[in-house]
Amino acid sequence: MNVLKGRSARAWAGFAGGAFALFAVAPFALSDFRLGLLAKYLCMAMVAVGICLAWGRGGLLTLGQGVFFGLGGYAMAMHLKITDAGPGNLPDFMQLYGTADELPWWWRPFENPVFAIAATVLLPMTVAALLGLFIFRRRVKGAYFAILSQALASAFAIWLVGQQATTGGTNGLTDIQGFFGYDLDDPVNQRMVYFVIAASLLALIALARQLIHSRYGELLVAVRDSEERVRFLGYDPANVKLVAYVVAAGMAGLAGALFVPAVGIISPALIGIVPSIEFVIGAAVGGRASLVGAVLGALAVAWAKTALSEEFPAGWTYFQGLLFIVALAFLPGGLASLTKLFRRRRAVAQKSPVIPVGEAA
Amino acid sequence: MSGLEIRQLRVSFDGFTAVDGVDLEVRPGDLRFLIGPNGAGKTTLVDAVTGLVKARGSVRFGGTELLGRSVHRIARSGIGRTFQTATVFEELTVLQNLDIAAGAGRGAWTMLRRRRGVPEPVAQALETVGLTELADSPAGTLAHGQKQWLEIGMLLVQEVELLLLDEPVAGMSHDERQATGELLQRISEERTVVVIEHDMDFMRSFARSVSVLHAGRVLSEGTVTEVQADPKVQEVYLGHTAAEDAADVAVQEA
Repeated sequence: MNVLKGRSARAWAGFAGGAFALFAVAPFALSDFRLGLLAKYLCMAMVAVGICLAWGRGGLLTLGQGVFFGLGGYAMAMHLKITDAGPGNLPDFMQLYGTADELPWWWRPFENPVFAIAATVLLPMTVAALLGLFIFRRRVKGAYFAILSQALASAFAIWLVGQQATTGGTNGLTDIQGFFGYDLDDPVNQRMVYFVIAASLLALIALARQLIHSRYGELLVAVRDSEERVRFLGYDPANVKLVAYVVAAGMAGLAGALFVPAVGIISPALIGIVPSIEFVIGAAVGGRASLVGAVLGALAVAWAKTALSEEFPAGWTYFQGLLFIVALAFLPGGLASLTKLFRRRRAVAQKSPVIPVGEAA
Repeated sequence: MSGLEIRQLRVSFDGFTAVDGVDLEVRPGDLRFLIGPNGAGKTTLVDAVTGLVKARGSVRFGGTELLGRSVHRIARSGIGRTFQTATVFEELTVLQNLDIAAGAGRGAWTMLRRRRGVPEPVAQALETVGLTELADSPAGTLAHGQKQWLEIGMLLVQEVELLLLDEPVAGMSHDERQATGELLQRISEERTVVVIEHDMDFMRSFARSVSVLHAGRVLSEGTVTEVQADPKVQEVYLGHTAAEDAADVAVQEA
């Protein structure tokens, strides 16, 4: 019981510390430019929360989160482009390349802000549910699941590039000016977007933590470690995995949606194979099974990407690949597993009978 | 309590027939041992009953046909099994293992909340299999025999009516075997138990009835004494002098 209490006290302290850093320290310590970058990194961390759940806890190597990130991002960007253009006008790129005189039928629902916001989360979740039903019922798993996810990310990016007239093609949806009536060029509004993102990240972490510590979370780990055994207990593992996959997709969708006002663009280059792998690397380095590890890992890797690619633009890709391999080969639990190791060492040291005083603490 | 009724069960893999027309009836409350040389089809039979491999024929439990159902549905209709190598969820605690086993019927709302305390059936199962003190240890740290007991405990909280155990005492010490046998006898007062076993001493001490399988067929069936006196059984076991089991049956309660 004491262990449990200690754990939840630590979690509350960590949560409060995180909130303090995001809301009270960062906005004052960082320049507008750096705060904007942090907002972008926090979006990566939101994706990592979902990956922690699906991969770390559920064993689903989601190498295609770019699809869901992209669905959320495009849903948001479509709405913002329509409102930027103003009533009756077509978004700028459609006037340039388009042959149509009016908005394509599948753009129309996104004129409605409520629909667009709901779609940023529900669209990725629906797609994930349909895909997941097919994939998990047919018992596709392990490397095959990862390859399938990659292929989907690639296919989605290629499809977007091909639809120049309606999706902006390779350029994507760019130059987004306003966010529900707020001018995104104004630093005050940029700061507001940052706060929305920071609050969303904290909410997702709280949600994921609840799921991980619930009975469902225990069952998910059981499915990860021995799917067959779970089946003999009367559960259908396909449904268990489906829930984690769909939740992770929703989280990636929300991240993509908030990425758009923070960065002002969504394009195929941000959601294809390479970015999909990048989402996973952060979680792998920080520790995929640990929420804190996955989030901090995602932030660190996203930051390192900016810092290192400013200095050595060509070297980053290699460094990133190396990081992934080293983490998976030598530290499968990520950096988070190091703290566990230290804690265990300390516990062993405390248990040694030489210093019994230590136990009182 | 329900009994198990198997008729003309056939399982073949790529032309090789592992189970070749088995008829088997296990009365409710029986403690049945399935014995036979390696490759006789014992495990495959259990695999077929639990839906792991495709089979032809008929398997009825309590009047319901099981063949053609998916694994988790068969499990839900009250049939549980263990495996030759104990498979528990190593990273979860003993308590979590049991709680999961007890929960296949839980609704979404219960699943999404945290477990508070120890559910009554889980506490009982912990007591029955003697793991109460280890409830909070990770299952991966248990000794081999303890893992087997945990598996039996998981079947108990799962509230199965038919337990199919695949070599539950393999690798156990003499005392552990004795304890497991007594546990199985207690369990079979309220449920039906089928045990696949190679250990003939264990079989002689605890079986209520025995079926001998050989080359995918039922060779002999009856009480321990009847089966041991059957010349066909003696022939099969003597014909396989290399097998460990051979001496065991041949010597017959020396």
